[in-house]
Amino acid sequence: MLTKRIIPCLDVAEGRVVKGVSFEGLRDAGDPVEVARRYDEKGADELVFLDIKASRENRGTLLSMVERTAREVFIPFTVGGGIRTLEDIRDILRSGADKVGINTAAVQTPDLIDRAARRFGAQCIVISIDVLRRGEGRWEVFTHGGSRPTGRDALDWAREAAQRGAGEILLTSIDADGGRNGYDVEITALVSRAVHVPVVASGGAGTPAHFYDALTRGRADAVLAASLFHFGELDIRTLKQYLAERGIPIRRITHRHTPM
Amino acid sequence: MIAIVDYGMGNLHSVEKAFAHLGAPSFITDRADEIERAGHVVLPGVGAFGDACDRLREKGLTEILARRAGDGRPFLGICLGMQLLFAGSEEAPGVPGLGLFPGVFQKFPETVGKVPHMGWNSLTYDPDCPLFADLPGTEMYFVHSFALFERTHAVAETDYGGVFYPAAGRGRLYGVQFHPEKSGRAGLALLRNFARWEGTPC
Repeated sequence: MLTKRIIPCLDVAEGRVVKGVSFEGLRDAGDPVEVARRYDEKGADELVFLDIKASRENRGTLLSMVERTAREVFIPFTVGGGIRTLEDIRDILRSGADKVGINTAAVQTPDLIDRAARRFGAQCIVISIDVLRRGEGRWEVFTHGGSRPTGRDALDWAREAAQRGAGEILLTSIDADGGRNGYDVEITALVSRAVHVPVVASGGAGTPAHFYDALTRGRADAVLAASLFHFGELDIRTLKQYLAERGIPIRRITHRHTPM
Repeated sequence: MIAIVDYGMGNLHSVEKAFAHLGAPSFITDRADEIERAGHVVLPGVGAFGDACDRLREKGLTEILARRAGDGRPFLGICLGMQLLFAGSEEAPGVPGLGLFPGVFQKFPETVGKVPHMGWNSLTYDPDCPLFADLPGTEMYFVHSFALFERTHAVAETDYGGVFYPAAGRGRLYGVQFHPEKSGRAGLALLRNFARWEGTPC
């Protein structure tokens, strides 16, 4: 049975993990490779790196970080932040990322999704959508890191993105993000029903029950969280056990392999 | 040495990096003579079946791969590379694959749920198949829309709204639909099993 994925998200800038990650015994909590390797050991099913500065000048630093991560980490990972062109996508995939996350540029130039999916395959094109609740049953899409309203209806945009070739939708509720009061299960379920591609719920995780809700009532295929994992408040093993006990299919965490 | 075949389809570097991590030397090549000489061959690939067959033909690799895959030395097809080992795929009707095995890949029906089948799914595998010796887990990472539904050469099965066959082969020739290079420790163990096989025909 296909399992539900648990995905830690790491904010990076200039090739370093920012906003703090604290793991016991980690030599360098700012080193994305160390942090990614640790999450792999803990049973994360996938990782997302979000380049929060995403400046042109620092592209090289980001690519070398991706390259180093790909050499050491053997679970899928997505890289997002400031991706605007087919060349940006090509560079990131070539450096070893499995998928790219596109947000603002996709809203501004929806055709980018078609072109990217045709050239690189839909499976590696993740469309990241930040939404804010605007009254009963309505959510608006925001761009530029959740700061700029677009006037676009979230459900409508998710449908269009999937039709154009998005391989996955990463849906973040701006209202819920950082509040730790749970994912916005309502919009997650609406988007998940509206598209035929996997939906990753993001924003608002505070307890194991929140993950459970997003995966059941919210119909999410995967759940993403950041600070809750980074500060050790919730261990991925504990979370997976909680979900498994409640009948959610999850990937069992395996033991360390013996090298050749 | 393990030759990883480059025909312009997909991320070869993750396979190369996985072997490097295991201490098994590999190299990426599109040259027939190097593929012929290599003890082990890996045929990776992501994308469309028809495009892949075109690329192989343009590069003049179709015959050497068909011969090399059938000569008893270790050969592994990954994802689209597994599909290429078969007669064909519904994705490109009438386009012949390498034809090592009969059978045509078919698209998942929409009734199974979301397509592509993306994420970690578990295998039930033939315990005698050397590919699966001592795996530290049974879940592997998949991303695909077409699958094998014919049991004849299968060595594992997976459930996605019904059974399909995520691995098939015989002797030292196998194809796997999942990505062992992205399947954490279980996937690395599978690649390690493959890398350890003797390069002589059996």
